[in-house]
Amino acid sequence: MSARDDVLARIRTALGTQQPPTEVARDYRTTDDRPLPELLDVLTDRLEDYQATVHRCAPDAIGPTVTAALHGIPGDVVVAPGVPAQWRPAGAIEDDGRPAVDLTAFAATLTGVTVAVAETGTLVLDASPICGRRALSLLPDVLVCVVTADQVVGSVPEGLARLDPLRPLTMISGPSATSDIELQRVEGVHGPRTLLVVLASD
Amino acid sequence: MTAVFLGIPTAPAGVGNLRGDRSFPDAARDALRDGQLRANLGHATTTIRGKRAGVVAEVPDWAELREAGRAIKAATMARLDEHLIALEEQVTARGGTVHWARDATEANQIVTALVQATGATEVVKVKSMATQEIGLNEALEAAGIEALETDLAELIVQLGEDKPSHILVPAIHKNRAEIREIFARTIPGVDPHLTDDPRKLAMAAREHLRERFLRARVAVSGANFAVAETGTLAVVESEGNGRMCLTLPQTLITVMGIEKLVPTWRDLEVFLQLLPRSSTGERMNPYTSLWAGITPGDGPQDFHLVLLDNGRTAVLADEVGREALHCIRCSACLNVCPVYERTGGHAYGSVYPGPIGAVLSPQLTGVEDNASLPYASSLCGACYDVCPVAIDIPSILVHLRAEHVEAQTRTTPEAAAFRALSKVMSHPRLWRLAQRAAGLGRFLARGRPTLPAALPPPASAWTRTRDLPTPPAKTFTQQWAEEHGS
Repeated sequence: MSARDDVLARIRTALGTQQPPTEVARDYRTTDDRPLPELLDVLTDRLEDYQATVHRCAPDAIGPTVTAALHGIPGDVVVAPGVPAQWRPAGAIEDDGRPAVDLTAFAATLTGVTVAVAETGTLVLDASPICGRRALSLLPDVLVCVVTADQVVGSVPEGLARLDPLRPLTMISGPSATSDIELQRVEGVHGPRTLLVVLASD
Repeated sequence: MTAVFLGIPTAPAGVGNLRGDRSFPDAARDALRDGQLRANLGHATTTIRGKRAGVVAEVPDWAELREAGRAIKAATMARLDEHLIALEEQVTARGGTVHWARDATEANQIVTALVQATGATEVVKVKSMATQEIGLNEALEAAGIEALETDLAELIVQLGEDKPSHILVPAIHKNRAEIREIFARTIPGVDPHLTDDPRKLAMAAREHLRERFLRARVAVSGANFAVAETGTLAVVESEGNGRMCLTLPQTLITVMGIEKLVPTWRDLEVFLQLLPRSSTGERMNPYTSLWAGITPGDGPQDFHLVLLDNGRTAVLADEVGREALHCIRCSACLNVCPVYERTGGHAYGSVYPGPIGAVLSPQLTGVEDNASLPYASSLCGACYDVCPVAIDIPSILVHLRAEHVEAQTRTTPEAAAFRALSKVMSHPRLWRLAQRAAGLGRFLARGRPTLPAALPPPASAWTRTRDLPTPPAKTFTQQWAEEHGS
């Protein structure tokens, strides 16, 4: 018997006669009815609590805000291919699909996001053109993410409902961190040590 | 029903890290003498308990999430075979290859052969309890393949040639000064002026691992969750070492216990709220990676999923004990346990320490191979209170103690003593005589509230872990008779 058949047979033996399926009660909150301005404030608060820097701006000021946020960071900026031209800082280079490890040559990355969860301060990137491949938001030491107000939801259930589980997804809540030394949180290990968020709303 | 009766094998001996070489009381005695260890553990567990309590209190529907988590896991186990087949179909349909392993030996062989097929002689690893459990690093080393742990705490343990002592923070038993010493001694070219500032230590690990990540061709990971209906796998982490391993190498091998899956995508909305708040005390961990099979042009192009039994089906056969398979490895039960806080994780002998380890390890190996663990608890119930999926650990501990007692074929001194006690307690005349005899203990105590701990064998087996109170000068019935007449 193959290992597969063996393990499946053991499971059936262990379970014995099958019980009727049990219902899962989902009595927890699945929506967050707070008005959008409040959700934007919560998102900002949670991102800052985990040492991200948040720049709020009007939707037509994203480009200048990105440029200002990157001021003083020496080195080249790489952008995901789907990032709109008006968001891109002068001289930014579009990701051309070079070998992933070569992305270490860049100082900063600019991407969009798919959805942002206010309650947990989480940004989700789904490898779509505006988010870029996974290595892009990983290797350069500074990550700039642009979030627009329509992408912000209150709760984790609302966030997951907007995602496609078949895409490679990266959920980001603050810069890379560790709690491995005396369970004290320290920001900045292998991922980007700086997370800058540009949050655009009217 | 037990696995032995049904003929379902437990995790084999001689491979992996589920069995200690000493019993818990013996190992705990040494640990308790280590003042530095107790200080480190006390500091770390106090910190994390406070953080967890704070972020759990923020969530108004925590009780409902917890109940949903419990119910989803129970429903998963009730149809485990069907969900595993669905997962296999989905992963295969998206370009992954699924392997099944009956036990640790088979899983190690599968992974070793997969690495050898790539020609690589080193692999980078994301922290994974399953690969710790099966002793994968040792197996790879025996095949001439170097396995490099990339999680900071796991790296500290590996460089210090130590063993992990906590599910989430394997180096919890080391403080910053000890970690600085390990780094200064073992990392080639490390800054000789490295301080014990945790930020500086984290930077030293970043420097040390950076180049290894970039040149790695094969990564080995575990999985926190797998979604049966979509074939999506999830790794929850903080540092970004997980993302490095899951994104950069050409080949990714994920080793996952068969109990890790959830039926639907929607189920993750529950666990991604329960897990981070329970484990690191964060609203959300910095990074969660989710992937289904392979994606052309993004990440590994060769993906293997190894589904591991290694005693899990034996646990499943026990209607009371199977709840231990609901565990999502958050480690909240370790952090609140008064026993764990004092002895640390090494005393448990298994990679799964603390309350959940005390119910999981003996079931995976068969209770006689970890017979002291069900007793490594005061049954205070703190573990049950904090468990995000409401595993009733105290009840399983009692259940396993009963199983251990029933498994004894020869009469133990303890059983003989209790049989005698039962006889005495059912005869009033004998009971009064015995109470009078016990009064002699007052001479041994010489006025102290407890009797000396060092009674001769076989009574020592009982007294070395328990304080016997000095018998009172008068028993209750004597006093009652004096005050009220008989």
